[in-house]
Amino acid sequence: MHEMGITAEVLSAVNDAAVKAGAVRVNLVRLTIGGLTAIMPDALQFAWEAMTPGTLSEGAVLEVREVGARSRCLECATEWEHDQYDRLCPSCGSFACEVLAGNELRIDDVDVDLPETT
Amino acid sequence: MEIDLSRPILARNDQLASRNRERLEAAGVFALDVLASPGAGKTTTILATAALLRDRYRIAVIEGDIASKVDAEKVKAHGIPAVQINTGGACHLEADMISRALDALPLADLDLVIVENVGNLVCPTEFDLGQGARIVILSVPEGDDKPLKYPQIFALADAIVLNKYDTMHVFDFDEAAFRDAVRHLNGGAPIFPISAKTGEGVEAWVAWLSERVDSARDGGLQT
Ligand SMILES: Nc1nc2c(ncn2[C@@H]2O[C@H](COP(=O)(O)OP(=O)(O)OP(=O)(O)O)[C@@H](O)[C@H]2O)c(=O)[nH]1
Ligand SMILES: [Mg+2]
Ligand SMILES: [Zn+2]
Repeated sequence: MHEMGITAEVLSAVNDAAVKAGAVRVNLVRLTIGGLTAIMPDALQFAWEAMTPGTLSEGAVLEVREVGARSRCLECATEWEHDQYDRLCPSCGSFACEVLAGNELRIDDVDVDLPETT
Repeated sequence: MEIDLSRPILARNDQLASRNRERLEAAGVFALDVLASPGAGKTTTILATAALLRDRYRIAVIEGDIASKVDAEKVKAHGIPAVQINTGGACHLEADMISRALDALPLADLDLVIVENVGNLVCPTEFDLGQGARIVILSVPEGDDKPLKYPQIFALADAIVLNKYDTMHVFDFDEAAFRDAVRHLNGGAPIFPISAKTGEGVEAWVAWLSERVDSARDGGLQT
């Protein structure tokens, strides 16, 4: 839905970092996207291909690592993996649970080329 | 060469949201972010809420829409100050838009700011605005299965308003199934069945909100 806006944020952060490092080209960008977010990796790829031409990130590969949802029960300390729909503790039925993973929307790292030194 | 960034994609929005939150807290103002589908009754619920609270609190409304000033005009017609934000195509409000709207409001003379987000059950969830609480309004005609289709918004809500309760007899809305689906996502959020049209149930919802406005106001007085 709003993958264009998300991609614009990624692109400006990546290009800023590349400029700061004195890079001439961005080769690879790694993101982590949690399974509880409303972000669709396919739509990110599409937006990335549409928005990068003419920037330092033109032609760069966007690698999206998807992580599943995991929570910990604050009552009984059970940790478990779950889908988007059921966040109750499977052991004691408590809803006092803390999401450990699944809400990520993160830029991990970037691979860039520096100018050839002769 | 590898550059380790390890930063949230929405870091810029998150920072601006924190700044909004600090500003509101310092002024002792409680901000409520209202999320719902188009037509669920956000504006009508805001007006019904303000009608019960306007003698107790100084209230302003921030209206978010893709285009038009219709909702802000509607709120102003009831004598409540309103600021319209047009997102120009964006399907949700972002923290910088709220920051500019706060600039236009006399924060020192307010207790409660109600933000009507753009009608959408998906996109607003990722964007912190700096609000004190978020509520989702679901209206009966939309159906009891919405928590199954839009889980994240129901999981993140601090309270859920089930609006258009006066139409229960017309629609096959299974309230028990709805409550069960919500409980599996978010056991902590109370559900308030209301009719913004008739006023049924609005008092219980308003009592929940008032508690939060009062504690924000006390916090603001101490600083
Ligand atoms: N029967 C009934 N109708 C309602 C109720 N609340 C709102 N409505 C009607 O629902 C329609 C939409 O209400 P709005 O308050 O404009 O909804 P909204 O969510 O603000 O709509 P947008 O801002 O356009 O997304 C209007 O015709 C309202 O009169 C209710 O409790 N019962
Ligand atoms: Mg409205
Ligand atoms: Zn447990």
